[in-house]
Amino acid sequence: MGIVTPGFQGRPRAEAPDLPPGQYLTPDFPVLSAGPTPRVPRDQWEFVISSETGTEYRWSWDEMMALPQETPTVDIHCVTRWSKLGTTWRGVSLDTLLDGVDTAADYALAHSYGGYTTNLPLEDLRDGQAWLVHTYDGDDLPAEHGGPARLLVPHLYFWKSAKWVRGIHLTVEDTPGFWETAGYHDYGDPWREQRYQGD
Amino acid sequence: MSWRAARLVAHRTETPTARTLVLEVPGWPAHLPGQHVDIRLTAPDGYQAARSYSLAAPADGDRIEVSVQRVSDGEVSPFLVDAYREGDPVEVRGPIGGWFVWRPQQTEPVLLVAGGSGVVPLMAMIRGRRAAGSRAPFRLIYSVRTPEDAFYTDELRRRVRDDAGLDVAYVYTRQAPEGWRGEPHRLGLADVNTHGWPPELEPLVYVCGPTAFVETVSDLLVGLGHPARRVRTERFGPTG
Ligand SMILES: Cc1cc2nc3c(=O)[nH]c(=O)nc-3n(C[C@H](O)[C@H](O)[C@H](O)COP(=O)(O)OP(=O)(O)OC[C@H]3O[C@@H](n4cnc5c(N)ncnc54)[C@H](O)[C@@H]3O)c2cc1C
Repeated sequence: MGIVTPGFQGRPRAEAPDLPPGQYLTPDFPVLSAGPTPRVPRDQWEFVISSETGTEYRWSWDEMMALPQETPTVDIHCVTRWSKLGTTWRGVSLDTLLDGVDTAADYALAHSYGGYTTNLPLEDLRDGQAWLVHTYDGDDLPAEHGGPARLLVPHLYFWKSAKWVRGIHLTVEDTPGFWETAGYHDYGDPWREQRYQGD
Repeated sequence: MSWRAARLVAHRTETPTARTLVLEVPGWPAHLPGQHVDIRLTAPDGYQAARSYSLAAPADGDRIEVSVQRVSDGEVSPFLVDAYREGDPVEVRGPIGGWFVWRPQQTEPVLLVAGGSGVVPLMAMIRGRRAAGSRAPFRLIYSVRTPEDAFYTDELRRRVRDDAGLDVAYVYTRQAPEGWRGEPHRLGLADVNTHGWPPELEPLVYVCGPTAFVETVSDLLVGLGHPARRVRTERFGPTG
């Protein structure tokens, strides 16, 4: 337990749901990003997975939409301490996208329109843990929340769910992304409260 | 990064709904203008709540400053603004953030655009510029609801007088001061055009405030021709 600050009570916490440590619930959908919001028209959008050998696998918007679609309902946890429970998305499982990709890589570096990057172990993108989503709560994903399409990796802090995602490089070695270079945790498990380097 | 014990040693009222806290944090390392800290409060039953607050000034030895705006239905900010007493402890960790920062070695023109309490990290840059004797040209455009809502008013007036190369322009959204030319309005293209730097000068732009404000301003800047990678943003909260 930390040091008690006299006079501080905090919110009533009778029926507080089970949240990762240090998180609080919000009914809103806050926005966190490092710069202006890119606006990417769907007819110019594409998604590319490139393997460690340089082989590229590409999908246009229509090709991506023609793949099997899933509707995950998940909890999301932002490193700025808000959590939102039961959010519903629609998109393509990364298992589907990675299905025909020939790779022995251990790491993935997601990169976005606008230049954002974030790194994850490749295994965290497999086995029903990650999606490329284009719909939030039944509507097109708004640009400020990462539309036309973003990554959704809900078991990690939300900065790993790259907005405006444009592709994934598969790599043999781990390459820190944007926030990871700026001092945030390499992995970012909210249940272990891995916010910053060294946590 | 570990939590450090801190203690409130002084405070200043900034507006009727905001105050600056001076915290003493033994062993505090140096920090850069634009970085923030997490502040953690613990209740007698062990319940904890933590929030992020920008550092408002360069460190003075072990002393750091934050300025907190009360969010009326908030859990942490009303306590920090109204109830937290001198001498009492909190926990702090940081400094955090390596992107929304201004380094004294930077020489390019800087445009700062603040909405409400978003001025806090930008004020740290203005103070850091002064402390480093930097001559980088700085302009601040500061959007507030009314004159009473502006933070650091007297100090900014003094700095504009004393710090060569610093300009400050206010935009009032609800009510302008006596004798102000023009009507209260939301910050728009004309304000950024008149009081900002043209993209040709390749300024670095820092925008901070409520999410909707940051979205609007950064879209305006990109529309005016500022490359997106030259516009750095920090969003304080979902509403406002
Ligand atoms: C990097 C960073 C730096 C920050 N720096 C500062 C700073 O220098 N000064 C400062 O005053 N705040 C700053 N904030 C915001 C601060 O962290 C808190 O979010 C804020 O004080 C509200 O906390 P609370 O516990 O009072 O409200 P909460 O209990 O968290 O929220 C109560 C209600 O207010 C809404 N809300 C939450 N945050 C805001 C907000 N910022 N504006 C309007 N409505 C909100 C919530 O959605 C909710 O409805 C910063 C935030 C970030 C992420």
